[in-house]
Amino acid sequence: MSKLLLIRASAEAAPSPVIPNVAEIIVGLIAFSILFILLRTKAVPKFEKAYSDRTDAIQGGLERAEVAQREAEIALKKYNEQLSDARGEAAKIREDARAQGAAIIEELRTKAQEESARITAAAVAAIEAERQQALNSLRNEVGTLATDLASKIVGEALDDQVRQSRIVDRFLSDMEKSK
Amino acid sequence: MAQPGFEPPGSGDFIFTPIFGNSILATKPVLLLFFSVILISVFFIASSRKAAVVPSKLQFAGESIYSFVRDGIGKDVIGHEFQRFVPFLFTIFTFILTNNLFGIIPFMQFPTMSHIGFPVSITIFVYLVYHYVAIKKHGLGKYLKDMCFMPGIPKPMYVLLAPLEFLTYFAIRPLTLAMRLFGNMFAGHLLLMLFTLGGEYLLGSAWVIKIFSAISFSLAIGLSFFEMGIQCLQAYIFTLLAALYIAGALADEH
Repeated sequence: MSKLLLIRASAEAAPSPVIPNVAEIIVGLIAFSILFILLRTKAVPKFEKAYSDRTDAIQGGLERAEVAQREAEIALKKYNEQLSDARGEAAKIREDARAQGAAIIEELRTKAQEESARITAAAVAAIEAERQQALNSLRNEVGTLATDLASKIVGEALDDQVRQSRIVDRFLSDMEKSK
Repeated sequence: MAQPGFEPPGSGDFIFTPIFGNSILATKPVLLLFFSVILISVFFIASSRKAAVVPSKLQFAGESIYSFVRDGIGKDVIGHEFQRFVPFLFTIFTFILTNNLFGIIPFMQFPTMSHIGFPVSITIFVYLVYHYVAIKKHGLGKYLKDMCFMPGIPKPMYVLLAPLEFLTYFAIRPLTLAMRLFGNMFAGHLLLMLFTLGGEYLLGSAWVIKIFSAISFSLAIGLSFFEMGIQCLQAYIFTLLAALYIAGALADEH
């Protein structure tokens, strides 16, 4: 149908629509060039900027999150290390304290034993001395008494010191023998 | 005309007298063409002005069209070197689409691209660009050799193939590119005119025929939507083919 119309139209002496009008080509070239320059300089760079900004925003966010995660991991590792260090240190301190305590107790015990031994020895010595003293004084006393008694009985003065003491000694050893 | 009757629209209806003065610059198609330049540049400059990371509605609208050409045509067809051709493809697409859509926008109602001069001017750019790119990349000799003598074909076949390939690159491609766009827009506009003028003519007849007038008008409306589809499609095809030709020019072997 349109073909028929075309034939009729061209029969009516209208210029063929397939033949381009040179003026229109030039106008088209100019219009296209203007539009191209405007879009290329004003619109396209802005759109591209929006694109790259968006990519940056998304990628930057991801990178920031990654960095934060890495930092958190490092902090956690450090914290765990510190914790285990502290635990080890605490154990060491406890161990030291225990050892020190044991040493102190041992030392005290030794000191106490020494002291008690010393006291005992001193006591023993004192007792011995006192006994010896008592024995000596007793012996003298007994000697004197016995001599006095004997002299009284025998009527013989036993004033001579040497004889007196010999007699007392003999008497005493006789007593001890008889026991 | 044997008898007065309905005079169908023809190619004569595509001829406009200047609205003022005598210059061709004042005819409807030329004015529409420059109007489209203003419209497109204002829209895209306004929508890209802020270039925000989170786009406004206007920016989103502009970006949608831009990314359709950039990624949907440029990136997919041309590949890694696509970025430097994006402004060119973007201009082709928006320029043709807007001028095509003028065909169904009330009060404009003329697809500028139905004047063959305009498709031809865009084709000239595409033609220059893809030859320039190929010669710059491969050098003239290698470009012509690769074009005419495709590898992997029996030698006697070159007698037939070499001239055909040469013709394809230098004559058939630009011709079909311009003619396809022009033809679609011309025929579409003619069809719409036919049903609109036909309906108008039938309206002046007896009342029984007025029913047919209504049919004719509703057909014109239905076809307008159909035309809108074709107008978008033609803009897309033209841009896609331009991208394909550029991609072919950049490819190592044709």
